[in-house]
Amino acid sequence: MKIDLSKLSITTAHEHLTRGDFSARELAEGYLSVIEKKNPEINAYLEVFDDVLDQAHEADKRIADKKEVGLLTGIPLAVKDNILIKGYRCGAASKILEGYHAPYDSTVIQKLKAQGAVFLGRTNMDEFAMGSSTENSAYGPTKNPHDTSRVPGGSSGGSAAAVAMDGALAALGSDTGGSIRQPAAFCGLVGFKPTYGAVSRHGLMAMGSSLDQIGPLTKTVGDAEIIFNAIRGKDPNDSTSRDFPDSSKKPLRVGVLTHFLHESQARSIDKQVFDNLGEAAKIVGDFGETVDIKLSDNPPLGYSLATYYIIMPAEVSSNLARFDGMKFGALEEGGNLMEDYFKTRGRLFGKEVRRRIILGTYVLSSGYYDAYYNKANVVRSLIQKTFENIWEKVDVLMTPTTPTPAFKIGEKTNDPMQMYLADIFTVTANIAGVPAISIPSGFAEVDGKKLPLGIQFMAPHGREDILFEIGKKFEKISS
Amino acid sequence: MLSPKDIDNLAELARLDIPADEKETLRKEVDAILGYVSEVQKLSGGEVKKVAGEVRNVMREDVNPHLSGAYTEELLAEAPRRQDNFVKVKKIL
Repeated sequence: MKIDLSKLSITTAHEHLTRGDFSARELAEGYLSVIEKKNPEINAYLEVFDDVLDQAHEADKRIADKKEVGLLTGIPLAVKDNILIKGYRCGAASKILEGYHAPYDSTVIQKLKAQGAVFLGRTNMDEFAMGSSTENSAYGPTKNPHDTSRVPGGSSGGSAAAVAMDGALAALGSDTGGSIRQPAAFCGLVGFKPTYGAVSRHGLMAMGSSLDQIGPLTKTVGDAEIIFNAIRGKDPNDSTSRDFPDSSKKPLRVGVLTHFLHESQARSIDKQVFDNLGEAAKIVGDFGETVDIKLSDNPPLGYSLATYYIIMPAEVSSNLARFDGMKFGALEEGGNLMEDYFKTRGRLFGKEVRRRIILGTYVLSSGYYDAYYNKANVVRSLIQKTFENIWEKVDVLMTPTTPTPAFKIGEKTNDPMQMYLADIFTVTANIAGVPAISIPSGFAEVDGKKLPLGIQFMAPHGREDILFEIGKKFEKISS
Repeated sequence: MLSPKDIDNLAELARLDIPADEKETLRKEVDAILGYVSEVQKLSGGEVKKVAGEVRNVMREDVNPHLSGAYTEELLAEAPRRQDNFVKVKKIL
């Protein structure tokens, strides 16, 4: 049969594959031909693997033998360039890892390989996942398939664009402050950040270790759930990972976060985004009870972004110390050992990475440590406590995913603070460690183009089940 | 307010060679970001109470080591410079 990639989900593709309507090889060929046609302009992929058809052939054998066939057998996936796949190049879109090949499989890749998933290639991203537009890649920006003059979001922008252009059925990304959910919203996809600890980060290049999670970008909530179930679980190689008990479902009470920003920040929120939240709340009202949660009653939430931009750079400055031109990647030679360090790190890290390392070095330095890093940890615990109070009133908290639809390429590159504000709704979940999902919620009209918007749901730790349940109901009514 | 000397000092600590023509922009940007994040100081709240989370004492037993040399070649292959089974760096002392 002729494959209509735009209509496929993992669930339907799996049915077709097991029924024999088409083979994994034909499916992979379909995606490869789209990539060949669209990737030169979109720049979603940094590399398309040369053994895709061999991988698909292996999946076809499994399906033919009816042996070890899972929901992801033969499903073509894109993988963010900071997740290791043994033997392949991996570089976090940074010059400092030029030439680096992964010596082992990350845990998530091991688990997907066990299911027989097909990896199409590695996707573009902001260097070391630092950014909200994919413009901080050392290999050029990715373009938004909905409007190529605009960014796809970031840092998992390549993964989002790959799925949105029908160049992959789903993709893996990483989310430290919104890097899965924000690009998913900009590209009209589902983006899911699991509870901190739900998915192993072994083999993910660390950015902010108390914040990072791996998760899927997909076309449907059901697909996100399938990938999450495949990659979750405790892993001895990631000491922060753990299993969460299955919880019994509760009636849905949905808190809608209102009056959510300081006035100074409110100016950067698009009116269409406000209106969209109202419409989304109405949809939710069809199947659940909505409760107004006022920011003014929960003041610590308003400090999430400031807290994030202290804790994250502090962890960045420490995590990126390992890139020194000695152990892996590229080396810029100097006259002596010290110059090797300075040149390698100074020349091969991009501007945003250097900026965050400097910032992190500052907030951790003696004399400022208490005023910044320690204080941020105090605020973090207040934010976590605020969530505990909110969960006594509601099961889910709903906000927009982003303050605006996708912005123009180049619009925010000269103003880091403006770029950081793109994460204002998403960072809260990382600071609190709670799971969060972004689901397509309609479009904003800008310059005659329809740009996707996303709505975000957050739930208590380990309660992904609530997000999937409400997400599926929302998706059904809104689409 | 950060001074140009502060930027030099931070770059030194972070082992970053920052091009001279970028320093002033970097100083202003980092200053603006610090201005914004200083907001956290407005929120009252004392010490963080150290609460042991569910994840703790996760050290594994030191048993079943892998065979010596099992990963040596793969790992060393990624080093920019090597000599035999060592990562090669410039003279330290």
